[in-house]
Amino acid sequence: MPGRIDRYLDRMTHSRAWLSIFRSGNGPNTLHRSLAIQQSLFLHILPTKVRRRMLGLGATWYLGTLTLGTFLVLVITGVLLMFYYHPSVPQAYADMKDLRFVVSSGLFLRNLHRWSAHAMVFLAFAHMFRVFYRGAYRPPREFNWVIGVVLLLITLLLSYTGYLLPWDQLAFWAITVGSNISSAVPVVGAKFHFLMLGGNQVNANALLRFYVLHCVILPLAAVLFVAVHFWRIRKDGGLYVKQSEPARADATAAAAVSVAEPVAAADVLTGQP
Amino acid sequence: MAEDNKSRTAEPEDEISRRAFFTKLGLGSIGLAAAGTMSFAYQYMSPNVLYEPSPVVNAGKVDRYSIDSVTLDPVSAIYLIRVQEGFFALTAICTHLGCMTAWKPELGMIACPCHGSRFNREGQKLAGPAPKPLPWLHTWLSDDGDIMVDRSTVIPAMQFLRI
Repeated sequence: MPGRIDRYLDRMTHSRAWLSIFRSGNGPNTLHRSLAIQQSLFLHILPTKVRRRMLGLGATWYLGTLTLGTFLVLVITGVLLMFYYHPSVPQAYADMKDLRFVVSSGLFLRNLHRWSAHAMVFLAFAHMFRVFYRGAYRPPREFNWVIGVVLLLITLLLSYTGYLLPWDQLAFWAITVGSNISSAVPVVGAKFHFLMLGGNQVNANALLRFYVLHCVILPLAAVLFVAVHFWRIRKDGGLYVKQSEPARADATAAAAVSVAEPVAAADVLTGQP
Repeated sequence: MAEDNKSRTAEPEDEISRRAFFTKLGLGSIGLAAAGTMSFAYQYMSPNVLYEPSPVVNAGKVDRYSIDSVTLDPVSAIYLIRVQEGFFALTAICTHLGCMTAWKPELGMIACPCHGSRFNREGQKLAGPAPKPLPWLHTWLSDDGDIMVDRSTVIPAMQFLRI
């Protein structure tokens, strides 16, 4: 029986149709395996070769991948929630109630969306702490850290815009307070507040604006930046693992700096040349 | 390559090459288009007509309010306060982050539930993070003898509507 399945699979992967899609061809050798990654739109942002120690739990604790996982859960559950949700006043609140009490599996999907959102924020922070304390933001990975900071901001904005959508008391006052924080920005604060809410108070316009931001603009931005983030991992020499750093050169450079700096600072303080 | 360099150095210093000219022209037009898009987007995103409630509120007849009373209208978010000197109106929106405050008669204070700001009856801050006192709102008597409040017009404190 396994022999027959293998034969079928073998015939399929050597068929003309299969080879027209996957032009890298078959085979266990390194070239074919590399080509399989390189020639796929979806896989080519990943490195063709990965060190085994980069894949271990100890290297990353998989925090970045888990963050992506929660994002995918959020996209799927979010799209499903959109089938029952109208971003209008006061229908939004009724739809949220319907999702909780009437729609089959609505409660499950809504809770999954909410808990995944909390988990994504937590995991993004954990991922950043991990990167920070391992020093994985250092050259040549500085720019990927910056992209990570942008992704954190997008994550927080997604959480914030999603908070208004149930249109309950908690949502209304949280967004009232949150949007008023932006009014404190000098010069442009009040104008920005007006643009964000589409008015002077949290109202139907604000609900629609937050809905569009939450469901279209911010997720698209997140996908774009996630793609760049992953591609940069490949371009910056793979995931950071401790052994990939030139330890000795780093240590001597760090020692030189730590000796030189206090002396210079002392000179400045005492006013000596 | 050598020829190319020669022809380039042959050009006078102040003359701009064709390539540099078109690069500048291209960047300039992209910049212009970007500025236009920004201004278009800004205008499109600022609503010209708002379907928000009118800032002018009719607070009813004078007799509704006894002397030394503080009355909160939660719909319009204003306090109408009657004292010996007359009437005045305060916004009930906290100057900190926009929560609705409440009058606490047992304390004789206005208190914000969100972050603990407290104000006295005249709107002056007593405690908490609020950066400013609660503003006084313009009040007047209509021809029918109703107290009117304009929530969009702030007046200096201690300007009572004397009856």
